[in-house]
Amino acid sequence: MGTAEFSESALASLLDDRSRYLRKLIITALEGGGRGHIGSSMSPIDAIRVLYDEILNVRPNDPQWPDRDRFILSKGHGCLALYAVLADLGFFSADELTRFCRKGSFLGGHPEKGKVPGVEASTGALGHGLSIGVGMALAARIRDLNHRVVVMMGDGEINEGSVWEAAMSASKYGLNNLTVMVDYNKIQSYGFTDQVQPLEPLADKWRAFGFEVVEVNGHDLADLRATLKSLPFASDRPSAIICHTIKGKGIPYAENDPAWHHKSHLSDDQIEDLYDCLGGR
Amino acid sequence: MRKTCLNMVYELAKRDDRVVFIGSDLGPGVLDEMKREMPGRWFMEGVAEQNIIGMAAGLAMEGFIPYVNTIATFLTRRCYEQVALDLCLHNLPVRLIANGGGLVYAPLGPTHLAIEDMSIMRSLPNMTVVAPTDADEMARLMNVSLDVPGPVYIRLGKGGDPVVSRDDDGFEIGSSILLRPPGTVLIVATGVMVNRALQAADHLVGQGIECGVLNMHTVKPLDHHRLSTYSAGVKLVVTVEEHTIVGGLGSAVAESLIDRRTIDTPIILRLGIPDVFSHEYGSQDSLLESYGLQSQGIAASITEAIASGFR
Repeated sequence: MGTAEFSESALASLLDDRSRYLRKLIITALEGGGRGHIGSSMSPIDAIRVLYDEILNVRPNDPQWPDRDRFILSKGHGCLALYAVLADLGFFSADELTRFCRKGSFLGGHPEKGKVPGVEASTGALGHGLSIGVGMALAARIRDLNHRVVVMMGDGEINEGSVWEAAMSASKYGLNNLTVMVDYNKIQSYGFTDQVQPLEPLADKWRAFGFEVVEVNGHDLADLRATLKSLPFASDRPSAIICHTIKGKGIPYAENDPAWHHKSHLSDDQIEDLYDCLGGR
Repeated sequence: MRKTCLNMVYELAKRDDRVVFIGSDLGPGVLDEMKREMPGRWFMEGVAEQNIIGMAAGLAMEGFIPYVNTIATFLTRRCYEQVALDLCLHNLPVRLIANGGGLVYAPLGPTHLAIEDMSIMRSLPNMTVVAPTDADEMARLMNVSLDVPGPVYIRLGKGGDPVVSRDDDGFEIGSSILLRPPGTVLIVATGVMVNRALQAADHLVGQGIECGVLNMHTVKPLDHHRLSTYSAGVKLVVTVEEHTIVGGLGSAVAESLIDRRTIDTPIILRLGIPDVFSHEYGSQDSLLESYGLQSQGIAASITEAIASGFR
């Protein structure tokens, strides 16, 4: 953390139209549900966008297609980012976003497999996704199938010991079909990660656990694209991508402010202001 | 019982290529033949129960049927959230084979006693909880285990327990087996306590007390139908379990009978381990003796209940 390459100013890139549009879908859900993990969804959405637009082999009209690549959003509270991308790609209607968290909707505050088309695992309790991903990657290996498994975790999430149990397991089997992505926005619920539970040296930790590691600017589409297209980073071990991001990215007053981890009871004016930050409705 | 169970995993794996085995850090040589013949479907994952359950879930999501084996305490308490969410919420066909249910690890102290496992497993939606009474019943259970759509918790005894189950009775998950017809009393027992319940019934017959025995090998889903049927007309239903009195078989039976109560619903006596951590070492048998759960103690509790007018 703190290298010039991934400093706050380096991550302060401008968003393109599509990244702003997807963020507006997040606000649509936030408005509809009256709540949501806005900061936690704004940080990973550019990486999730590039994954689904250009990397993952998926079929929106056939979410259970057996040969698809598997993406697990282990930081389930960041689901608004995933919902926005899945809705935009046509896994389900974007209208559903307006019913987020409401009775009768299939879009809850954490994503559920079997309810949300395209969601591979029900997550929300942290530290579960990587073990599930290890199981999926082993399954593909046993059956000699070529699809890939990508697991995205939050930085606070990797406080969980289960993550490191799973990392050891992934390394033991040299799962080159498994990729970990860490949404490293440097803020967890209470505050800054370096104060709550310091993670540095984070890249070295993953290397020590047997992963080939690349660090990227998690808002730089070209950097994300080039990195993701070069997967797997090694043929004999799993890959890890540390995505340096800004929590709340795209909403200037929410950026890097722990108070925007989750928001509820936003007024109509506040909602309008969020849209305005992204160029208006 | 454990040996039978693990041998059956190998047999099932030969029969069905969806079967995989995952152990934690088990003793040397476990399922060596399976490891040799199908190394890709045999896993030893180390002391990492949370990861083991999540990994089993991932394999099951992809169509495999993982049989997971470690000590009961660590398979239930250590990874409870993974069991609840990864297995039960997703309703996946993962089988948890729990070594040393109850007081088996008596010499090792309270860290290794699984006395609340059935309670905490039973409270999870979609979970099936089975405690076979002997090795033969274990084999029958394993034979039908492939077809259960959701997760199954299988509680193992120490091994070498007397065989009291009968091949003629067959085995179906959720179907209890009447081993002795009800009289004044019906004992409902699970796991290795079935054998002790039968012996207690023998003692009681000698005292002129007719006592039935129902083998409730499946604690969840409970066999409400047979329980209600065989309880009708008895004065006392006695539950016997090698498990805390909180939330296990006794609680399940009491809930069932209360939910279906009539003016003739019998009195219920729950025999089990009191709501305390064990402070003794010794053997499984010596602890069962201390808790009044050997056949003599069970019979004594029943005669006392009858002598006191079921108060």
